[in-house]
Amino acid sequence: MSFDVVTSSRLGRNSATIWGQVTRSGFYAGISGFFLGIVGILSMFDQRQIIVGIVTLGYATLAALPFAAGALVAAGGPPKTSWLALLGGSVAGTVATAAVALLPIATLLLPDIRQIFVVLDQPFLRMLTFKQTDPWLGIIYLLALGALMGGIGALLALLPARLRRPVVAGLIGAGIPGLFQDIFRPILANSNVSAPLANLLYTYTGLSSRGAVILFGVSALAVWLWDVNRAGVDAKLQQLNPGTLRNGRRALIGFGLAIAAVFPLYAGNFIGQVLMSVGLFMLMGMGLNLEIGLAGLLDLGFVAFYAVGAYATALLTADSPYALVHWTYWEAMPVAVLCSITVGVIFGVPVLKVRGDYLAVATMGLGEIVRVIVLSDAAAPLLAGAKGILQIPRPAIAGYELNTPVSLFYLTLVAALIAAYIAYRLENSRLGRAWMAIRDDEDVAQALGINLIKVKLLAYGLGAAFAGLAGSIFAVMLTSIYPQSFQLIISINILALIIVGGMGSLPGVVLGSIVLIGLPEALREFGEFRYLFYGLAIVAVMRLKPEGLWPSAARSRERQLDAEAAALQTAGAATGAVTGGVRS
Amino acid sequence: MTGNSSASEQSSSGFVSSLYRVTLVDLILWAMRVAVVVVVVAGTIGTLRKGTYTAAEWFDFFMFGLTIGGIYALIALGYTMVYGILRLINFAHGDITMTGAFAAFFLARSFDHSGFLNSNPLIAMTLIMLLSMAVCIVVALLVERICYRPFRHVATLAPLICAIGASFVLQHTFRGMFGSNVRSYPDPSWMKGTVSVLGLPIPVSQVIVILTAVAAMLFLYLIVQRTKMGMAMRAVSEDRDAAALMGINANTVILFTFILGAGMAGIGGVLYCLVYKQVYFYLGFLPGIKAFSAAVLGGIGSIPGAMLGGLLLGIVESMGPPLFLDGIGIPAPYQLRDLIAFTMLVMVLIFRPQGLLGEKLARKRA
Repeated sequence: MSFDVVTSSRLGRNSATIWGQVTRSGFYAGISGFFLGIVGILSMFDQRQIIVGIVTLGYATLAALPFAAGALVAAGGPPKTSWLALLGGSVAGTVATAAVALLPIATLLLPDIRQIFVVLDQPFLRMLTFKQTDPWLGIIYLLALGALMGGIGALLALLPARLRRPVVAGLIGAGIPGLFQDIFRPILANSNVSAPLANLLYTYTGLSSRGAVILFGVSALAVWLWDVNRAGVDAKLQQLNPGTLRNGRRALIGFGLAIAAVFPLYAGNFIGQVLMSVGLFMLMGMGLNLEIGLAGLLDLGFVAFYAVGAYATALLTADSPYALVHWTYWEAMPVAVLCSITVGVIFGVPVLKVRGDYLAVATMGLGEIVRVIVLSDAAAPLLAGAKGILQIPRPAIAGYELNTPVSLFYLTLVAALIAAYIAYRLENSRLGRAWMAIRDDEDVAQALGINLIKVKLLAYGLGAAFAGLAGSIFAVMLTSIYPQSFQLIISINILALIIVGGMGSLPGVVLGSIVLIGLPEALREFGEFRYLFYGLAIVAVMRLKPEGLWPSAARSRERQLDAEAAALQTAGAATGAVTGGVRS
Repeated sequence: MTGNSSASEQSSSGFVSSLYRVTLVDLILWAMRVAVVVVVVAGTIGTLRKGTYTAAEWFDFFMFGLTIGGIYALIALGYTMVYGILRLINFAHGDITMTGAFAAFFLARSFDHSGFLNSNPLIAMTLIMLLSMAVCIVVALLVERICYRPFRHVATLAPLICAIGASFVLQHTFRGMFGSNVRSYPDPSWMKGTVSVLGLPIPVSQVIVILTAVAAMLFLYLIVQRTKMGMAMRAVSEDRDAAALMGINANTVILFTFILGAGMAGIGGVLYCLVYKQVYFYLGFLPGIKAFSAAVLGGIGSIPGAMLGGLLLGIVESMGPPLFLDGIGIPAPYQLRDLIAFTMLVMVLIFRPQGLLGEKLARKRA
């Protein structure tokens, strides 16, 4: 009996017949489209122009669904002729947009439904019907778009790689700068060297058509040249000796890091703010990663440690009647971290014997208790209640005050690097291995002599330390803190980060925070629906790729060993069946 | 021989030697227990001495506690049944309740506009309950299919995390579909006013809620105890493999459990609307946690336990702030009402995970 139910990829499941595959692809794409439509995501996406005057994100998403359905039909499944694949792709695409077309159809047939679903307003319906005066004509256009994009998707999947890769690269090369124009345009426009480039490619609201064509052409050309010359380049690389290769690679990484470190200075305040949020959550993610990823302690009360760090900093530095003393940030920060560690240990002691799901709920309860107390009037004389503590001074280094987002980002970056180093060393230490032993089986770990109490309290304490550090930076970033900022949802945000990135993996935390925190900040439309996006990301990762986007080295090794063992088992079973059959 | 003598040594000095094993952790846990008892007792004495509340007000608190306790009990039944069968906390259960409440709101609003709600209260309420139950059941089956079925044979944290994700998805899907503003549930004329029971006035809405909750719980109890499917549920919750050996299709039983639990949640959702008269996308979070506390308090996996736990939690939550928080001088004690529920949850999970009526099955986890 196999217990390995959580397999890696389910999208590639093959159907027996092509029409089964067509219906399946169309169904999934259609459900996604219907969902995006009815939740209001398509409507919101329509406000963002990718290529000014031609394509908005809404239409791009609407076209991407049948495109994906068509590509899936042509790429996977039973072998088929090209014409059949094209036809199948078209049909799948039509099914996909038909599902979305249900929205305007339903509104036309039952007008009262607009009172229930807030998204079905005029602008959205006009978008879906391509702004035609006769909505039924628009619906036909929608279905035609589906057929067309489905066919194009199938066509692209059928093309040989030599042609397909440049086209895909061109689309990505034009699409990404268009989508993320809030990031790219300010960077380019900021310095005199690249400002003409910004004017060439962008207008005020998005990529100009000229810019889109240029980017498409450049990316496609680049990838085509690379493919053509790749063999030659690889041969030349083989001829170099390994030392030069390694030095070259190191130089490349160093150069990349140098650019990454310097680029925020040129990026402007908005990007500095985004990077700052990413950095803070990365810091907290590393802390929770120690608890969940390494030690297996599902702690949903993590936001309480964050709050303690922030409130401790506020109470020690603020220019407010609630402050206890008026220290500088550098004096208050270690004390705040110590307070967090203490609270972490205090939280950890009662729940030492609680395991699994119960631990998640118990820690969630403890976190909520802290939040309710901080918010209440009873604790208001000490903690200012709902009014919050204001006028927290910014830190200063040698007289230079860190009051721009970019300078605070560098503070966060330094803190994150120190934290990453500590986490990395802990992971490979005796303590880290004790945590991993607890995660796998507490009883066996105890039987092997690991002191559960000490190890678990160290996990809670160290995780809380990271959160306290993040909290103190948060306090000076906002210069005022309110209890509403410390809700359970932050704990679950950080949990989502870790899950998507990969539990127990440090680069996974970085990747997770860039994807889950950076993306909603960079794309404001995503930001509106960020929690929906988080929930979908959690479910998708858990179902499709449970080890995360960048799994830890240990986890990858485990999966490799499991796969090898499974392969041996099936091979053994096959030979056993053969010999058994021969013998009988 | 040496075994015998050491055994007698141990039995005579057993208590003393066990004192050596007391650690700092045990001391802290004992301090927690003592602190809670001190707060409760001192507060109660303080309130009773101050005499701020009259007997009529205590009765009001008690009846409100029964009302909200009935709702918690209904939602807790979903948690406890799913835990009994799958050994998993259905994190999304509170939000499933919210979906039913929204459906009930829209139907009730249309009935209210057409006057149907006022003219045929019984039929209208029955239809509203049925719709709410239907929506909850559909959503619960979806959650089961996506978040629980793939992980059925794998004992990891994955289904819990998936359910957390599903909870978010439900909340924000409904926010996207219906907007983030708070809707007010229609207030028909037959729900206003009070009814006199034993000479004391009780609001009509509370009477309706209590009676409906009791009826639903009775119905569930009959299903679980008297029908074949109920017997199958009890068998699977005791030992899934042995039940399979007896010819019980575990898949059908699991689906049936989710359906029953969601149905109860649907009724609970409508009753919650009747009590608080507000519907919004975040509705399910707090009742969800409190219902889970109730389920654990009563004994997770035990259906009478969930009912008892729910009623108990409701009464303590309603009478707690005036009874002991006010007594120890806390201003605005009703703000800390949620605190009582969370504290009870944490205390039960730490000190008595099997709850009041619970069985050994909670011990294995804790």
